[in-house]
Amino acid sequence: MANNKKRFMQGNEACTEGALYAGCRFYAGYPITPSTEVMEICAARLPKMGGVFIQMEDEIASICAIAGAALGGLKSMTATSGPGFSLMQEGLGFACMAEVPCVVVNVMRSGPSTGFPTGPSQSDVMQAKWGTHGDHPAIVLTPASVEEIFHETVRAFNLSELYRTPVIILYDEIIGHMREAITIPGPGEVEIVERRVPSCAPSEYKPYDVQGGEIAPLASYGEGYRFHVTGLYHAADGFPTNNTKLIEEACHRLLRKIDDNKERIWKNEEYYLEDAEIGIFAYGVSARSAKFAVRELRKKGIKAGLLRPLTIWPFPDRAVEEMAGRVKAIVVPEMNMGQIVYEVERVAHGKCEVKGIFRVDTEPIRPAQIMDCITGNGSKPPAPNSKMAEMMVERDMLDG
Amino acid sequence: MSTPAEDVKPLAKKKKKVPFNYSPYVRGGKLPHIWCPGCGHGIVLKCLLRALHTTEISKDDIAMVSGIGCSSRTPGYVDFNTLHTLHGRALAYATGLKMAKPKLKVIVTTGDGDALAIGGNHFIHACRRNLDMTILVYNNSIYGMTSGQSSPTTPQGKISTTGRYGNIEPTFDTCSLAQAAGATFVARGTAYHFQELEKVIFEAMMHKGTSVVDVIDACPTYYGRFNKYKTPTEMMEKIEKEGTVSVKQADKLLPEELQGKLLRGVLYKSDRPEYCEEYNKLVIAVQAK
Repeated sequence: MANNKKRFMQGNEACTEGALYAGCRFYAGYPITPSTEVMEICAARLPKMGGVFIQMEDEIASICAIAGAALGGLKSMTATSGPGFSLMQEGLGFACMAEVPCVVVNVMRSGPSTGFPTGPSQSDVMQAKWGTHGDHPAIVLTPASVEEIFHETVRAFNLSELYRTPVIILYDEIIGHMREAITIPGPGEVEIVERRVPSCAPSEYKPYDVQGGEIAPLASYGEGYRFHVTGLYHAADGFPTNNTKLIEEACHRLLRKIDDNKERIWKNEEYYLEDAEIGIFAYGVSARSAKFAVRELRKKGIKAGLLRPLTIWPFPDRAVEEMAGRVKAIVVPEMNMGQIVYEVERVAHGKCEVKGIFRVDTEPIRPAQIMDCITGNGSKPPAPNSKMAEMMVERDMLDG
Repeated sequence: MSTPAEDVKPLAKKKKKVPFNYSPYVRGGKLPHIWCPGCGHGIVLKCLLRALHTTEISKDDIAMVSGIGCSSRTPGYVDFNTLHTLHGRALAYATGLKMAKPKLKVIVTTGDGDALAIGGNHFIHACRRNLDMTILVYNNSIYGMTSGQSSPTTPQGKISTTGRYGNIEPTFDTCSLAQAAGATFVARGTAYHFQELEKVIFEAMMHKGTSVVDVIDACPTYYGRFNKYKTPTEMMEKIEKEGTVSVKQADKLLPEELQGKLLRGVLYKSDRPEYCEEYNKLVIAVQAK
């Protein structure tokens, strides 16, 4: 790998590069379009670095294997797409509950079910938050370019180690398969967070004893700390409990450790937002179209601006609230039938109008579609796709 | 009324007779276990700990991984690196852990439902890869934790809460399945033949590669009650003692005498490259290029 040299790279390749840069030394996965390149490149790269690559029998096994490896002390990752992501949900819940750091990449394709495997989509954004059962925290990152995939993958590993939790990287097939210029930073140029390990004697160690904080240090198996990990509700010593107070406190802490730190986890890009009268809230590939639309609208004298979250969960409440207080309307383009728009609506709470632009024909939302929605031409079917108009749903203003 | 001192005396005498000290292996304050009176799992755990003691492997180097079910509660009681995971997925977690830390001696405690139904796919693929780990299938032919449903090893005709008129499904033979899938050490024992079981588990742990031990034990609470076994002892005698034949005995018996009986002992052993070692070779070869 030539350092600090501009390279031409695919999004999925940048993901692998980011993972290796962050110190990922274990990959377990199962092939699935459109994420397979992540796995293939890991298969080529990891053995050379002395890391572990293993192809598992399915996605369920993959997420379990990465959690097992993480408890063995390795930074670990798996990558998948819709159907595989559905299979991983129980394992994700285990990693949340047992507080096992790991990274899961979901390169979104069209669904439900097998859907259109090579067709891009943004329809797993709610599943990424709510897919596994029970109340649980979620950190989900939404990069929008090849270079950003690299950096967000590094950030995903850092956050997972910092907060002892699985982190999901969510991008669509377009970004995953797109090729762009990228500069890979040299060693040490980007901060890498290492796991906080216990400093106490093994006999004193309790894997969930947060000692007044929110996150306990995590020992690795096989290093003298003989501790217990379970998916059952557990006390600070890791052993199952049916004490209702401890259960409540454990659930609260799981959520709190992310919620109390959301200022540090949030990351947004603001584009011409300062004086904007029309705000656009967009993530992933749709944000690229939105950016283009903002420029074109500005040329026409329309004060449009973009708020682009790189952290979609925890939801950027504060940024959206601020935007809602300043603009007349927020437009939310997304490649699904309306998911994150409801979050925007919830946070805007009637302060401004919220409109969704939805598209599920596996074609990206085009800048023209966003511009038409803003300039009021939304009712006219934009050529050449007449179906597009049907998918542009204008949402009524909330009362109050 | 006896004084407390009188109560203690005979116990203290008995203690002296116990030749094996389990306490270094059992986590303080975690017993009594959740298993029902008459359940065979406690016997299996005893055999496992005694066998582990004989291997002389350090407790720090032992990892015990389990899924969900009665058998999967084992790791919570023992003082090793322990991981209690999801239903059916113990082998997938164990695979990741073993690959990340090959020096660990990985033992998976699982049940007939956990290993052969929900975890069936992981079971055959673990056997195929031949990672150095020992899989103990606590096989009581029923789902105990959820109160007695049919499992892949419930014999045909037997009663469960989901087979109220008799189970019509054919059963899996854990050992045949493991051998066919590629496990390099396959054995069977019972909780009744506990000394034999200890030896078989010891051999399994000393084997390099995936070793599978099918442990026949009894669930008197559900299987026994539904199927008219009067006592746990009767179950052990009918199912474990009379229902099995050792490999040695089997040589002397006619095929018709072996009808309906399960074989005990080491049933299959072979020498095939172990996965972690193969992976390590691959890494060395790739890095040398």
